[in-house]
Amino acid sequence: MSKMKFIVTLIVLTLGIAINASSVMAAKDSLNLGMVLEPPHLDPTAGAAAAIDEVVYANIFEGLTRIDKNGVVKPGLASSWTVSEDQKTYTFNLRKGVSFHDGASFDADDVVFSLNRARAKDSVNAQKALFKPIQSVTAEDPHTVVVTLSQPTGSFLFNMGWGDAVIVDKASAEKNKSNPIGTGPFKFSKWVRGDRIVMVRNDAYWGTPAKLKTATIKIIPDPAAAVSAMMAGDIDAFANFPAPESLAQFKSDPRFKVVIGTTEGETILSTNNQSGPFKKLKVRQAIAHALDRKAIIDGAMFGYGTPIGTHFAPHHPAYIDLIATHPYNLAKAKQLLAEAGYPDGFKATIKLPPPSYARRGGEIVASQLRKIGIDLEIIPVEWAQWLDQVFKKRDYDLTIVSHTEPMDIGIYARKDYYFAYDSPKFQALMKKLDATVDTKARYKILGDAQRLISADCVNGFMFQLAKHGVWNKNIRGLWENSPVQANDLTQVYWIN
Amino acid sequence: MRIFLAKRVFTLILTLLVATLVVFVVLEILPGDPASVMLGINAETETLNALREELGLNRPVWVRYTHWVADLITGNLGISYTYDVPVSELILSRLTVSFPLALLAMTLSTLIAIPLGILAASNHNKPMDFLVMSFSQIGIAIPNFWFAMLLTLLFSVTLRLLPAGGFAGWDAGIGPVLKSFLLPTIALALPQAAILARVTRSALLEVLQEDFIRTARAKGITNQGALWKHALRNALIPVVTIMGLQFSFLLAGTIIIENVFYLPGIGRLIFQAISQRDLIVVKNLVILLAGAVIVINFMVDLLYAVIDPRLRGGQDV
Repeated sequence: MSKMKFIVTLIVLTLGIAINASSVMAAKDSLNLGMVLEPPHLDPTAGAAAAIDEVVYANIFEGLTRIDKNGVVKPGLASSWTVSEDQKTYTFNLRKGVSFHDGASFDADDVVFSLNRARAKDSVNAQKALFKPIQSVTAEDPHTVVVTLSQPTGSFLFNMGWGDAVIVDKASAEKNKSNPIGTGPFKFSKWVRGDRIVMVRNDAYWGTPAKLKTATIKIIPDPAAAVSAMMAGDIDAFANFPAPESLAQFKSDPRFKVVIGTTEGETILSTNNQSGPFKKLKVRQAIAHALDRKAIIDGAMFGYGTPIGTHFAPHHPAYIDLIATHPYNLAKAKQLLAEAGYPDGFKATIKLPPPSYARRGGEIVASQLRKIGIDLEIIPVEWAQWLDQVFKKRDYDLTIVSHTEPMDIGIYARKDYYFAYDSPKFQALMKKLDATVDTKARYKILGDAQRLISADCVNGFMFQLAKHGVWNKNIRGLWENSPVQANDLTQVYWIN
Repeated sequence: MRIFLAKRVFTLILTLLVATLVVFVVLEILPGDPASVMLGINAETETLNALREELGLNRPVWVRYTHWVADLITGNLGISYTYDVPVSELILSRLTVSFPLALLAMTLSTLIAIPLGILAASNHNKPMDFLVMSFSQIGIAIPNFWFAMLLTLLFSVTLRLLPAGGFAGWDAGIGPVLKSFLLPTIALALPQAAILARVTRSALLEVLQEDFIRTARAKGITNQGALWKHALRNALIPVVTIMGLQFSFLLAGTIIIENVFYLPGIGRLIFQAISQRDLIVVKNLVILLAGAVIVINFMVDLLYAVIDPRLRGGQDV
C-alpha cells in the first residue's frame, strides 16, 4: 500500500511541476487556429474557395489596398493614391523596400503583371468581374502605377482589396498553389495535406511585424472533434466555430471567450423566379409573409443570426431595415396565395446543400410554408450536385444558400443568374451605382436597390449568418467580424 | 504448392480486373461535373470546356477506361483535380497515417484477443469464461466512434494527457506520432479484439471436442498441453480469416475514427474526394483499396497453407 501511495505522490508531483513550468513560461508566440474546410490549394487568384482566403489573405499575400476588420479600405502595398477628376485614372504610389518571401523585390512591374494576369483572356481568376473596368495598367516608374478604367467604378479601391486581387511575383506565380510566395508578414512554411498548414513570421516584412512567431491552421471537419480539440487545448481558437449548438458549453468555461460577430453571408431562400407558381409576385409575397425568421434563426442556428429583409449586410452603413415590409402574417400570406390563383396551395421542391444552415433551415422553412398550403418536397444535394442542377441548369424551385461575398447585391442585375430575376429597373440602378463615386450618393442608390428586390420578393430573405468565434481568453487581436473572407492574424498576440 | 499458388494468383488478377471495371462504371454514373466543381459558380462555358479537354473528360468511354488501366499498370496515377499534386503522392502521404494505424490496431487487438480467447476456452463455463465473454459482448455492442469520444473526453479533455486528435507528422519524431496514434489505436482495436476473442474461443472449443484431442488426452497429455500443442494451431484458420477481414476494414473503413480524431488518413481522403468530385483520386484510391483487400485475402490464403499443410497440395479440405 505504501508503495502505491508513493507512486501516486510521484505522479501528482510530476504533473504539478509540469503545470507550474508551463505557467511561468513567457507569453506564447504561436497560435493553433482551427478551420473546418481545407483549402484545395493556396492561390487566391485562381480559385473560388473561401478557405483559400481564410488562410492566405493579409497573412501571406497582400494587395494594393487592404480591407481592415471594420470593412474599411486601407493602404496596402500602395501607400497612397490619387484619383483623377473624371474618376477614371488611379495613380498608386507603391511602398519602397518591399520584397517577396523568396527575396525578389516588389515593384511596379509586379503590379502590372498581377492585374494583367487577372484580367487576361486565359485568366482562371474566380472573380474576373472585379477587373473588368480596367482598361490599362502601366508602370510610370518602379514605384508608381497608373490604372486607367473604362468607366468610373466607385468600388474599385474596395475591389483591389479582395483576396483575388493580391499582388504576386511573375517568377513564382505559377507555383503559388502549393508554395505561395507573397509579401505579407507571414511566410508559408509547410502543408501537411488533410491536417495542417504552417506559417512562420516574415522577419523581413516591410511594415509592423507580426507578433506571432508561428501560426498553424489545423483542419478539423467534424464539429464534435472541434469541441474536444478546443476543450483539450489542442486548438487555441476557432475564428468561426462550426457548431452553434456547442457555444453554450464554451460560454460557461472560463478558459474561453465566445465572440459573436457578423459576416457578409446573406442566408436566403433562393427562388427560381421563372419556375411555375414562383413566376407570380403574389406567390413570392405570400412566401415572404409566411417565413417566421425568428423561428428559423432559433431552430436552425440556435439563436445566432440577424434577421434581414433584403440582400444586404446589416452592419453596413448603407443597410436599410426592410423586415417590416413583409411581416410574419399567415392570414395575409394565404390571402395572397388565393389571389394568385392557388387557394389550396401547390406542390414544389426545395433542394438543400450540405451546410447545417441549409439542411436544418430547410426543414423549418418547409414546415412554415406547409401552413399556407405550399407542400415542399425536401431534396438534399451535395455541393457538386447543387452547382450542377441548381446553379448551372436552374433545375429547382427553391433552395437555401448563404451568399458570402461582400457587397454582392450586384448579382441581382445578372439576368442569367440562378434566381432568374430580370428587372431592367434594377439593372439600371446598378449601372448608375458603378458610375457614382460619391459615398452618400452611392448609399442612396444602394438603398433603392435594397428596396426594389425586397418589394419584388426576389428571394425569401431570412438572416445574416453570424460568425461564432471561440478562442482562448488570453488571445487578443483576432477579428470579431468578417467583412472579407479572411483570418487576419497579423495583429494577434497572447497576453501573459 | 505450385498449383495452389498459380490458382490463387490467377484469381487475384481476374478479381482486380473486374474491380477496375466496376469502379469505372460506378464513377461514370455518378452525377456532377468535376470541371464545374473546380471552377466554381462564376465559370464560363468556354473555360469549362477547356478544362474538360485538359482533364481528358471529352474522350470516348472505352478510351478513357483502357488509358486508365494502362496508367495503373505503369504506376501513373495522374494529378489530383482539386489539390493539383500527383495522386500517388497524395495517397502515399495518407498511407503513412492509415497503414501504421491499422497495423498498430491489429497488433493490439491480436495481443488482447488471442490470450483472452484461450483463457476463456480453457476455463470453459467457469467464471473467467463468463467474464471474458461479457467483456467481448460489451466490446461488440459499443460503437467505436462513441468509444473514441469517451476516450478523448477522459484522456484529452479531463486529464489533458494526450492530444484530442490530429497527426503530428513523421518528421516530428516517433514519440509525438505514437502519442497521436494512441487513442485511435485503442478505439479501433478494442471492438475488433472483442470479436476476435469470441472467434478464438469458439474455434478452440470446437477443436477441443475433436477425436484427436480425446486421443491425445487418453495418451496422458494434460488438458492445457492438448490445448497449446494440438488445438491452438488447428483453431487458427477461422481466426486468421477474421484477422484478414479486420485488417482490410481497418485500412479503408476507419473514416469515422479519422473524423473523430481528425487524422489525415485514407478514409477522409476518399470521402473528401467524392464530395469534391475529384474523380481521379476516387477511382485510383478505390482500386488501390480493392487491390489491398484482394492481396490481403491472397495472403490469408497463403497463411492457410502454412497453418494447414494439407492445403499445399492444392486440394480443398
